Amino acid sequence: MLEVSSLTKRFGGLVAVNGASLTVAEGEIVSLIGPNGAGKTTLFACIAGFLKPNEGSVVLDGRNITGRKPHEICRRGMVRTFQVVKPFAGLSVQENIAVGAHTRIAGRADALAFAGKIAGQVGLGAMLDQSAGDLTVAGRKRVELARALATQPKLLLLDEVMAGLNATEILEIVTIIQQIRDAGVTILLIEHVMQAVMKLSDRAYVLNYGEIIAEGSPVEIAHDPKVVEAYLGHGASERMKSAGVSNA
Amino acid sequence: MDFLGLNLPSYSLETVFGSAISGVFLGAIYALVALGLTLIYGVLHIINFAHGTLLMLSMYAVFFLWSLFGIDPYLAMLIVVPGGYLFGYVLQRSVIGRTNHGRDEIILLATLGVSIVLENVALFAFSANERNVQVPYDFDGIDLGVVYVVWPQIAALVGSLVITAALWGFMRFTDTGKAIRAVAKERHGARLMGINVEHIFAVSFGIGTACVAAAASLLAPTYAVFPQVGYLFVLIAFTVVVLGGMGSFVGALVGGLIIGVTEQIGRLYLGESLGLITISAIFILILLLRPTGLFGQKS
Amino acid sequence: MMDSGNMQRIGWVVLIGALLAAPFAISSGRWMDFIEITLFAALLGQGWNILGGYGGQYSFGHALFFGTAAYLQALLQYKLGWSPWLTLWIAIGGSVAVGAFVGFLSFRYGLRGSYFALVTLAFAEAFHVLSRSLVTVTEGGRGVQLPLNQDPEQALATFQFTFAGPFLSEAGYYYTILAFLLIGFAVTGWLNHSRFGAQLQAVREDEDAASALGIDPFRVKMGAICLSAAVTSLAGIYYVQKFLFVDPGIAYGPGKSVEALFAAIIGGVGTVLGPLLGSAFIHLVGEFAKETIGAMLGDRPGVDLILFGIILVLILAYMPRGLVGLLEVLWRKFMAKRGGGNA
Repeated sequence: MLEVSSLTKRFGGLVAVNGASLTVAEGEIVSLIGPNGAGKTTLFACIAGFLKPNEGSVVLDGRNITGRKPHEICRRGMVRTFQVVKPFAGLSVQENIAVGAHTRIAGRADALAFAGKIAGQVGLGAMLDQSAGDLTVAGRKRVELARALATQPKLLLLDEVMAGLNATEILEIVTIIQQIRDAGVTILLIEHVMQAVMKLSDRAYVLNYGEIIAEGSPVEIAHDPKVVEAYLGHGASERMKSAGVSNA
Repeated sequence: MDFLGLNLPSYSLETVFGSAISGVFLGAIYALVALGLTLIYGVLHIINFAHGTLLMLSMYAVFFLWSLFGIDPYLAMLIVVPGGYLFGYVLQRSVIGRTNHGRDEIILLATLGVSIVLENVALFAFSANERNVQVPYDFDGIDLGVVYVVWPQIAALVGSLVITAALWGFMRFTDTGKAIRAVAKERHGARLMGINVEHIFAVSFGIGTACVAAAASLLAPTYAVFPQVGYLFVLIAFTVVVLGGMGSFVGALVGGLIIGVTEQIGRLYLGESLGLITISAIFILILLLRPTGLFGQKS
Repeated sequence: MMDSGNMQRIGWVVLIGALLAAPFAISSGRWMDFIEITLFAALLGQGWNILGGYGGQYSFGHALFFGTAAYLQALLQYKLGWSPWLTLWIAIGGSVAVGAFVGFLSFRYGLRGSYFALVTLAFAEAFHVLSRSLVTVTEGGRGVQLPLNQDPEQALATFQFTFAGPFLSEAGYYYTILAFLLIGFAVTGWLNHSRFGAQLQAVREDEDAASALGIDPFRVKMGAICLSAAVTSLAGIYYVQKFLFVDPGIAYGPGKSVEALFAAIIGGVGTVLGPLLGSAFIHLVGEFAKETIGAMLGDRPGVDLILFGIILVLILAYMPRGLVGLLEVLWRKFMAKRGGGNA
């Protein structure tokens, strides 16, 4: 469904993303992980049209969407959420989600009704009339997720949707994401919360200093020494081995 | 003369040059006014729409000091500049600072509201009649060959340069100046360093107003004052700041001179009213094509 | 059971009914003039509100749209003798064209916030100067004076009601501005219940988030500025037909821009009722000021504007959602007390 090939993004002298390639097949949940500052959000921004890559290409469903504007990409079926949530603070929860719904639904009443339905799916059914600006972080993340869902996407890009959530909320979101996948949406997510990554992902990519350094199933990459080093520092893998910490 | 298909009057190079020289002197005043505006923007990140009315009020102050007490407008600077500083300080601390929550257009609107209040207070108190300061040395000056420069113009240029230099020195070498620069660069960090940010905001606003008060003294011998005079200057001041770059001292100076010269030459060729169009046109073009101006930083 | 939505609807019916009935109920010419002036300012504010309140793009130069419409309306009648009912369409179209031009430049170059506000001001000033200078086109500073029609038979044809028979000469202009304002209400109401309105408000709240959801911010903002220009142009058309005169200062001076801003912001941006409420409030305050303070200190100009400016700053500092916001808070408190047992 999604093919990113050799994507490179430079900001002046700084190379934020360097020749990154990844694929997401239909129906998969794929994770993009890596230490802070690795370039994950930059990569997302390039895929979703908020930044223009210097090199490389992004192909969605066989169509080249490299460098296209975000709203065009959304119409093609790929939608992203933001790491720092961006609720439409002056609008209610239902109105927020309805904005997403309007991507495919023209009628106001229909859009509002559909928004209500989506809200129920993410657990916001009781808060439809609340102002989105008044919600807690968890609430806002759900609004962000619901809004994206309401656009009826084929591919959903979730940027750290679990940041700032407590353990219970994380479990709830994990279930919701699985339900979204079961309903036929493909998902690519950036995440730091490892338990969620392990539980959800079919595959994962690890990004470090802008480069993909590992790819595979969650279990595989957890044991990959390059990945351990990326997170814990150079030589960590060796030190762990010699300290007798099992990698099995 | 045929320029872009318009039938423009023909002038000798001398005349054009003379216009340009006039423009330099005028531009020096514009630079001084713009200096205050750019300082306020650089530190508080607000576009002070009331800047023009502050100029107008200062000009009235200079006028009344002259008409009621016979004080020479240049000497009046000693009174008007500290007075302007205080007024600006209080204005920021107790009025404009209160609107500082939310979008930047709100604060712009608040300064618009303040400007409307001040303009109409002047209209109410002083009526719409033009007031003119007459000084004995009004028309004496130096003959430079291409143009005759009167003392007020020379004073304006010298005054502006001196004040700009003084302000630059203040910002560079005094503690308050350093605090102001700190707040301008990073207000939250400055607060953590123990700097009273609200006070610094008010100080900056006060200094900006003081600049305008000084400009008023320099303008008084040659410009009539009436309640709407501020509105005229505000657009010019904005154009200078946008051209020179928001927050840049050098930009205000260079921008002021460029605008002064352009306006005078524009007036020469296009007549009084169309000359103003060049200002609007420059403003729009800069914002569209190079919003950071000549010397501004990309935010 | 009366729910909030129904009560709102009834409120609107009552308000519009009262406005329609006003000429019959109110015999004082002075109060009718007052209401007419209030409706005029409300229309200016309503037009502004579409771009500013709903779209979040604050314009400081809305006189552009008022003035362009006014000049087109006046000049086409004056110079070519066309029917005002024909010229009004061109006036609206001309305003929209100017809106599209300014919008295209501003939005294409990504101007937002204060920069957008100042650019609109610069354009208004530029048009001000141009209208004064292009004397062959606009009659310059002399202004355009339309001939007064004194034949009652021709009243409707010339769109002039001063000599229009007993009823229309009293209420013709009033119903004109009311009709235009109702159009303004309809448009803003539509914004509240339509896909375009939802997308426009989304762009106002967060342009990036809106893009991510498939909204093209440029197209939406262009639509908003054109709609805003169209509604504001109606005020220009009304002005010319009523006063039969327009000049550069009236058309493009800061006065109309400021009036529009005041009405919308004091009343409450982004609401249908806001501009009318704001206009009514400041005009009442203005009347009061002239009666009391003006009487005390002599009848000098500027008192009312001083008050308006102070109110504006107070609203911005303490009540950013304007009078409508205040009413909503009071309403909620009232409903909470009332429905205390039904929670």
